[in-house]
Parts: sequence; C-alpha cells; structure tokens
Amino acid sequence: MTPAEICTKLQEKFGADVVGPLVEAASPFVVVKTERIAEVAAFCKADPALVLDNLLCLSAVDLPKEKDQPRMEVVYHLFSYTHFHRFALKVHVPREGARVPTVEATWGVANWHEREAYDLFGIVFEGHSDLRRILLPDDWQGHPLRKDWTDPDFYNGMRVKPTEQMAERALKGEEFGTGPFRHDPENAHVPGSQS
Amino acid sequence: MSAGITRPVTSAESVGWRIDDIGPDEMILSMGPQHPSTHGVLRIELITDGELVREARPHIGYLHRCFEKHCENVDYPGVIPYTDRLDYVASMGNSLGYALAVEKLLAIEPSPYVQTIRVIMAELQRIASHCVAVGTYGMDLGAFTPFLHLLRDREKILDVFEWTCGARLLYNYNWIGGLSHDVPDGFVRACREIVAEFDKVTWPELVNLLIGNRIFIERTAKVGVVSRELAISYDLTGPNLRGSGVAYDLRKAEPYCGYENYEFAVPVGEGRHGPLGSCFDRNWVRVVEMKESARIISQALDRLEKLEKTDVREKVPKRAKPAKGEVFARSEAPRGNLGYYVVADGTAVNPYRVKVKSPCFTAMSAFHHVARGVMIADIIALIGSFDVVLGEIDR
Repeated sequence: MTPAEICTKLQEKFGADVVGPLVEAASPFVVVKTERIAEVAAFCKADPALVLDNLLCLSAVDLPKEKDQPRMEVVYHLFSYTHFHRFALKVHVPREGARVPTVEATWGVANWHEREAYDLFGIVFEGHSDLRRILLPDDWQGHPLRKDWTDPDFYNGMRVKPTEQMAERALKGEEFGTGPFRHDPENAHVPGSQS
Repeated sequence: MSAGITRPVTSAESVGWRIDDIGPDEMILSMGPQHPSTHGVLRIELITDGELVREARPHIGYLHRCFEKHCENVDYPGVIPYTDRLDYVASMGNSLGYALAVEKLLAIEPSPYVQTIRVIMAELQRIASHCVAVGTYGMDLGAFTPFLHLLRDREKILDVFEWTCGARLLYNYNWIGGLSHDVPDGFVRACREIVAEFDKVTWPELVNLLIGNRIFIERTAKVGVVSRELAISYDLTGPNLRGSGVAYDLRKAEPYCGYENYEFAVPVGEGRHGPLGSCFDRNWVRVVEMKESARIISQALDRLEKLEKTDVREKVPKRAKPAKGEVFARSEAPRGNLGYYVVADGTAVNPYRVKVKSPCFTAMSAFHHVARGVMIADIIALIGSFDVVLGEIDR
C-alpha cells in the first residue's frame, strides 16, 4: 500500500485521532493522539492489509523552539515483512511530564527503544515492564539529549566539567589533570584530592 | 544454598530484581563486563539453577560515548569520523549508511564511479568483518586455529584499505557526496588477488576447519533457536534474521549504490543440522555471505575498469546545509540493517537530531528471550552467534 492509502485506512478506523499524511522530505507520516498510540500500533500490526510487523526505529526528538507549541515528538518507523511497505507514526507530547502509552506488547524491540528514550529524554512510557535507564548509569541526573541540557559540574563528587580557570591553564599548555584537579579548592571535599 | 543469597540480592535490588524473584536453589551470576567472550564490555546478570540459566538480563552502556549528542554539535561532514567508531569492526558500512542518509536530505547522487568503489569497499569490509565474527565465534567455542587463519586473510583487506585511505580501522572514507580518496593505481589487481585467494584458500579452509567440523556443529546446531516471529518482533536483521529463514536483504529489496546491477544470492538458514534459526544457521549465513560478497566484488571490479574515472570529491558539498526535513535511511551493514534518522532544521549547519538504529542493539534486546533455559556454556555460544559489537550497542 502507498502511504496515502495507509493513512486513509487509519483515518477510517480512528477518525480525528489520526492527523495526516504530512509529507516532509521523503518520509510520510501521520500524527496520532498520544492516548491512542498503543491501539493504533496494535491495529497496524494486526490488520491483514497493513501487517506492519516490524518496528524499525523508535526515536524521540526535542523541539523547544517550535512555533505553534514547544513539544517533544516520539517517532515510530514501521515496516512490513509481508507487504514490504514502510510508514511512520508520530506522537506529540509536552516537554514537561511527558507520558506515552507503551507499544511493547506489539513490538518486542520497543522495550529497549523506549528505555533509551526515557533515559535520554525523560519521556515516561506508561505500562512499560521495566522502565530503567539503559545507556547512562543508574544514578545519573537529568536527560542529556534534551535541548536545554547543561553539563553538570560534578558527578558523584568528582569534578567532570573543568572550571574556566582550569580550561585556561589547559589552553596554555600547562599540565592538565594532575595539577589543577589535585589543588582545586572546590574539590577539597573529594577523598584523596589533598594528597 | 539459601544462606549464600544475601550478598547477590543486595546487588539485584539495585537493578530491579526482588528477593522473591530468586528461588532458594538459585543464585545470581554476573558475567562480564570484563569477560573475553562478551565481545566488548557487556555485562549479563544470570539467575542460574546449577548450570541452567533461568533468566538473563543484559546491562549495556559501559561504552556509551554520547554519539548522538556529539552529532548535534558538529557539522554534517564532521559526524562521519564519529560513525566510524560505532561498529569499529566494520567502519566502512557505518559511514556509508550516514552518507546515504544525508545525501537523501541534500538530494545528491554520486557518480557511478564513486558508487562502484563504495560497493567494493562495503563488500571487502563485509568479508573482513565476517572473518572476525566467525573467527572469534570459533575461538569462543574453543577452536583457536580458524581465528588465526581468518585474521591473516583479513589483514590483506586492511592493507588495501590502508593503501587507499591511510587508515586500517577507522577510515573516514565515505564522505557525503563522494569519497575521501580515489583508489590508487593497481587497486583492481590487488583486489582481484584478494578475491582469488579468498575463493581458493580462505573459504574452503573456513568450511573445512570450522563450519563443517563435527564438534562445531554439535556445539551450535541445537542452541539458541530464534523463530521467525521472534526475529521480526525484536527487529533482528542481517544474518541474524536470514538465519531464521527470512530471505530479506536490503541490497536486493531496496537497492542503493547500484546493487541492483550485481548478481548475487541471498543465503538463508536451512536448519540442516538441527532446528531452523540456531546459532549454526546464523554463522552458516555469514560464511555463505562472504562467498557472495566475493562474487559482488569481482563484478564491481569489472565495472570499475570500464567506467570513466571521475573526481571522487566532485559532488562533495562545500557547505552541507539541508533544507528543513527529516529522513530515515537504512543500509545493509555487515551486522544487519543500520538505520540513520536524521532531522535537519534548515537553519544550522549541524544536524538537529541524529538517531542510529543499530542492528546489534536490537539483537541484544532479544537476548533474554533466547537465553531462557539454556546452559551457562551455551550463553557464550549465543552471544557470539548474534555477532554484537558493543561500540554500536552503546554508541
């Protein structure tokens, strides 16, 4: 089926909860109402004319400067090993307190993709069986792929971002690492930094 | 055993396992991250009952280098050296995938000469990468000799890469719209020698020493069976998918770089020594695929000789700044379908967002399913058969 046909089919079934098709560049997609994404996903896989049985990719995108409304998007790229067609679904979520129903039940691979989106963007997938951080350490604070991310100064008491003074000394070619790190008064509370 | 569980459980709680999850006769075994057969820094927590694995939980992220964050801070061509470092065993395939994605955004079509060189490089890389994959797999199972033979032959391919672009592992070769260097004089002859030797020596040796070996077959043919449905649900691709009997290859299905002009077969697992989709089938597919790659290289070399030489940097844009839009492009890397989702905002010279769909990441996400109920020793056979490279999983 062509993307336009898939879109018509989805709109027949779900009405105004599916908006599209919106064609930007080469990949057409529809925007689905967030609450209904799990239903739409299950339909996409089960319907004999669609059989979108493969989730190619699940990505999140942070769009804080979007004109109409600052938001985050979750993009589902789908593929069918029966009909060999491709399609994409998108959901729009608010930037703070984003919650999206999980599609783990439909495509097994969504489990890890959703954990990654949670880890790097802070999007909570409701009903997910195991929503933990996946790439970053368990005790990491914040979600680094958000556009408003700033690097932390400390991680577990270790200075991870050089101060301006340290950066200056490094630029001058002075030894970086041992000197500034060891004698930095800001780092005095770190065990072993005084030796 | 119940007295012994106090310590493991404290570590288990931090990763979400409760005390009730572990039976009185069971223990938690942490495998990795410094285990030689985990192919990198992968840690797997196993709940074991004696030698049997009841539950396996992979932990990744030890090699996370913020690839996607870096991409947002460099310009489009600047991403290419980073892509090399994803799957460092098959760098040519990574940069090719990214170049194809950005070329779609910029609507650039490289000349047939460039595309033919890309095909040759990608297929040479496929052979080199499968040499490592199958070789180390044999080594995991205790067969040391085939590994040495395969690395010896991979070396010749790396020599050609070094001769062409100066690097042996991380090439920065496939640029957006072109290549970093033209092939040197005598390149075609050197490649023909490699292919001839591969057909005459490497391949028969590999089949006789490893794949046809009774011990190897017994060790792998009934282990780690992945059904077609599981493979598709967990987005296994490349040799892992074809090992389960799905004849899907992007080079045939959605040809890029002119793959439609070459004659080659898509090998699939046949389940000839056990159930379909076993560890043996996945490796069998890799081995046959190497032979097909050699066929493609021969044809591409013939084409290259006839083609008119063009400047390989002719279409490399001076300043890559695509219009607002997005693209999801896939290519058949040695480990499966490598997808790049690139979003351009139309105002900046750096990508707004790059997401990599790594074939190893998705293969590893199916691991806990396949690992249920196997022996600890077979976990080793299982990890290797998926041919994961941790650089690509953790990015």
